[in-house]
Amino acid sequence: MAEAIGLAIALVLSGDADLLEIVWLSLHVSLTATAIACLIGLPIGALVAIARFRGRSAVLIVMNALMGLPPVVVGLLVYLQLSRSGPLGFLGLLYTPTAMIIAQTILITPIIAALSRQVLEDLHSEYAEQFRSLCLTRMQTVQALLWDGRYALLTVGLAGFGRAVAEVGAVIIVGGNIDHLTRVMTTAIALETSKGDLPLALALGIILLVIALGVNACVQSVRMTAARHAYV
Amino acid sequence: MPMSDVLPFGDLRVTDRSSSHAILPLAVRDLTLRTDDATMLDGLTFDLGRTGCTMIMGPNGAGKSLLLKLLHGLMPPTSGYIDWAGHTATQATVRQALVFQKPVLLRRSVAANLDFVLKARGKDMAERARLLDHVGLSHKASQPARLLSGGEAQRLALARALATEPEVLFLDEPTASLDPASVLAIEGIVAQAQARGVRIVFVTHDIGQARRMADDVIFLHRGRVVEHTPAAMFFLTPQSDAARDYLNGRIVV
Repeated sequence: MAEAIGLAIALVLSGDADLLEIVWLSLHVSLTATAIACLIGLPIGALVAIARFRGRSAVLIVMNALMGLPPVVVGLLVYLQLSRSGPLGFLGLLYTPTAMIIAQTILITPIIAALSRQVLEDLHSEYAEQFRSLCLTRMQTVQALLWDGRYALLTVGLAGFGRAVAEVGAVIIVGGNIDHLTRVMTTAIALETSKGDLPLALALGIILLVIALGVNACVQSVRMTAARHAYV
Repeated sequence: MPMSDVLPFGDLRVTDRSSSHAILPLAVRDLTLRTDDATMLDGLTFDLGRTGCTMIMGPNGAGKSLLLKLLHGLMPPTSGYIDWAGHTATQATVRQALVFQKPVLLRRSVAANLDFVLKARGKDMAERARLLDHVGLSHKASQPARLLSGGEAQRLALARALATEPEVLFLDEPTASLDPASVLAIEGIVAQAQARGVRIVFVTHDIGQARRMADDVIFLHRGRVVEHTPAAMFFLTPQSDAARDYLNGRIVV
């Protein structure tokens, strides 16, 4: 373990180009997937939070169940679509970062939608009567909830990012773990472990943990600042 | 002393409502609201004219707040009807505003709370400065709305209600738990709105406040209108035992 920590520090301090490339690609893929998942998942979460319709509880069950989508299954489904003989094979996206972004987006959009639904439903129960008194349209209500819930939703986005950056099953199937092209931290860790280079695998794992901690700390400090202004 | 004289804040230049009534007068007939196990409002029948301040009074549980919500179109009655000069309650909502006992303020600055309503209702954004001045909150414009004191928060809620340029302003115990200065400030703002022709419908437990502001009083007891009389008559010679007991501070259940 000590060797791994030492190696991790040495790797980071050395500014190793390959390592930086892997870290950068991990962040690029997972942050892009999180951003797209938020664009899709937050409005869905907000709409389900305020809408009352037949079959709503079934929708909630499905949304919650989809949070537990196995990454390898998502990877397989995306692979089947993007493979040369698949319906989207002509796009030539298989084994590219774009394919990894697509897979992670599918994986975490249900998480963003389901968690934001919960957050925004609580907020809406506080605002609903006032909003009806103000005769707001559904669109105005959704916009207001998303804006007023922005700091609580940061945590939702963080949960999605955490899931994306930590998963290995989907990106290894659709990305292929190709050096200098689709190798990210989790797939690199899996590869180094299978090769028996445990210190390097551990070092990459430590860097991954530090990134996760850093992102969490940033979000937490933003939330605390917002809380001081009673904006949470 | 006229109410407006105690108001330390600036004047508000908004639509004069005195000659443009679309949803007044109001006619309520046999209005009833039942839940699964209780009758909350029981056959209410009354009329409200185009101007003035109507106080809705009565002991806790009499149905005052429920009546406001029905009149404002926030919930449907079980039976009976509400006729806002040919409009249903839900059609009339957009021409009304309701100030709740506990103001629900957005997680934004004071100014942004007003901007939100002005924008949502397609009003002139320049009204924000005048509204803030009118309720004495110009110096708090950039502060978080949810850190305002109780009185300030309620003044902001009032400004937000006035931003919609309502024809009818409902107030549901807006001054409960406020200090006397805040109460007078709220009453001053409401009195100015009334002077501009806004129809006021006010729920209160504060008998002094009702004496200061009411033109007529609807007294509710056990979900029924027990009295609907001019204010002077209500306070001098209440017609019902329930109202007499209520005014004398004896609990009416």
